[in-house]
Amino acid sequence: MISYLDELESKSVYIIREAYSRFRNIALLWSIGKDSTALLWIVRKAFFGKIPHPVVHIDTSFKFKEIYEFRNRYSREWGLDLIISRNEGALQEGMCPDKAKLECCNALKTEALKITMQERRFKALLLAIRRDEHGIRAKERYFSPRTIDFKWDYRNQPPELWDLYKSNVEKEEHFRIHPMLHWTELDIWKYIEREKIPTASLYFAKDGKRYRSIGCETCCAPVDSSAADIKKIIKELKTTKVSERSGRSQDKESAYTMQKLRSLGYM
Amino acid sequence: MRNVTKKKPIKIAIIGHVDHGKSTLIGRLLLDTHSLSRDRLAEIKRISKELGKDTELAFLTDQLEEEREKNITIDTTQIFFRTRQRDYVIIDTPGHLEFIKNMITGTSLAEAAILIVDITEGIQEQTRRHAYLASSLGVERLVVVFNKMDLTGYAQDSFIREQNLLSAFLKNMGITAFHIVPVSAKKGDNISRRSPRLGWYKGPTLIESIDRIEADVKNRESVLRFPVQDIYEIEGESVLVGRMLSGTMRAGQEIAILPGVKKTTIKAIRVFGRLTGRAERGESIGLILDGSMAVKRGDVIAEKEYAGPAKNSFRGNIFWMSEMPLELEKKITLRCATQEIEGVAEKIENRMDSSSLRIIEENARVVRKNEAATVTFRTQGAIVTEKFSFIKELGRFVIERKNCVEGAGVVV
Repeated sequence: MISYLDELESKSVYIIREAYSRFRNIALLWSIGKDSTALLWIVRKAFFGKIPHPVVHIDTSFKFKEIYEFRNRYSREWGLDLIISRNEGALQEGMCPDKAKLECCNALKTEALKITMQERRFKALLLAIRRDEHGIRAKERYFSPRTIDFKWDYRNQPPELWDLYKSNVEKEEHFRIHPMLHWTELDIWKYIEREKIPTASLYFAKDGKRYRSIGCETCCAPVDSSAADIKKIIKELKTTKVSERSGRSQDKESAYTMQKLRSLGYM
Repeated sequence: MRNVTKKKPIKIAIIGHVDHGKSTLIGRLLLDTHSLSRDRLAEIKRISKELGKDTELAFLTDQLEEEREKNITIDTTQIFFRTRQRDYVIIDTPGHLEFIKNMITGTSLAEAAILIVDITEGIQEQTRRHAYLASSLGVERLVVVFNKMDLTGYAQDSFIREQNLLSAFLKNMGITAFHIVPVSAKKGDNISRRSPRLGWYKGPTLIESIDRIEADVKNRESVLRFPVQDIYEIEGESVLVGRMLSGTMRAGQEIAILPGVKKTTIKAIRVFGRLTGRAERGESIGLILDGSMAVKRGDVIAEKEYAGPAKNSFRGNIFWMSEMPLELEKKITLRCATQEIEGVAEKIENRMDSSSLRIIEENARVVRKNEAATVTFRTQGAIVTEKFSFIKELGRFVIERKNCVEGAGVVV
């Protein structure tokens, strides 16, 4: 009998291959965080080492220095077809988190992605969101249709039974595909440990602090932790009483910020 | 602490009529198993206060603004908690008939279900429908909780009366509840702690009950079934990719490719990053076959003894979700595993009310929204199916029109 981690991985591989089989013209969104790096790892496995589609990094320009170094190193090492997605217009006009968080996330992430989508017309985007990260993400489907302007109709999602995923939409629409939806934060770390997946050092404790979730440097706060390696992170997660995204400011500006961001097309 | 060997995680759907307390029960399970983070609990308290309510445990799963303001669950969600025995994935489902497609979406992923019934209201329309749907979707292991026992003063007689009514209804469908537990989700009686106020009840608490559910061990038949998902050209070789649904496979093994029953041999099994000569149920793998064989997505690889040929028809129990009825001899698309084929409903043996289970009509011409039916389908080409009770993944299907899932069923 295969192990629980093997089951999780096999389901993700199935979903990734299903997306590629249906659309061919797809891309993976890589934030360089632990989840999307684990997804990238599984995508490499699904395609026997050579990813046949582009990988998109949405670059707000406010990411940690280490994230850029990590991106450049592994996109070379893994032979990725990397697309850097930036909303240059908004950056030139001075958009930054000091103005307003919701507007900044929307302009530098969602709108940047829209620009890339207009150029490349991907039919599906692979994203590493997980149900246990946030209550709104827990409402997602594996194959989630989006309108041309990225709207998510969360009031009326299509039925999704077993592993028979919806795979046809109107011409101008696209799919968000979520191959990691069923993984937990703990599963991800156990998998990173087993597979020896390279991970940004920001996740490991230095001077009593570590990042549990990584976004822009400006909008991420580290949590108190002494977990300086993967084994210790796994141990910490088994007993922690702090939620994963507690350091992410866009989640909690108001109760429904995430819902609003996501209905506008945020990841 | 004693070192407990944990069982494999299990997915449990919480089903039942609207307002019988599904989301509150989930909140209670999280609270009592200490699975809630401090900041999430603080957030729920704050939002409840903003809306002028007592701390509303249901808000842990009811995350949409619309859900919280109207106190309803619109879409299914999943949440994680752990006991000392194992980790759980709890699937919350909406109780309104209006959102039944979301209930089915959630329940289709479950391995077991908790059916919740408000003791003061007893069995209601969605109690029956949800029990029927869960059972039809193959969720056989069912725990029943009678909730809101606090509102009856924890009375044993009302529990016994309702328990008898429900058991009779379930028996009629061929379901036996694993346990029937009287609880108050709001007050925390009999969820994780035995309640002195329900001293007359001698059975397990809800957590003890679900901890005793064993993971599904059925469906481990030896026959080989591998539906081809896609074909990649890698270094000059055709690699068939897909997931093993049943049986095992090894390099050198002779196999049959369905539906046409073409025979060949497996040259190699490929998994990235490690060498393997063997594959088993559940694995996503790549296959290289001997010789050049025309294979396409939707073909199914089976053991060489497969009797075949695959047929152009099958019979299923279905549930219809669309406003536009299913009609005899009108074109539909049928999807089963990676197969997708056009077909028609050739015979509708009967259609029934999916709550009362009363037969509305025999030999019908249509199946309407929220009705269940037994239907024989005829397909344009051969389709490989198995009885749902034999190989689940080849025994379940969806019915689509215009790219939308409008019905679903299992092969009988």
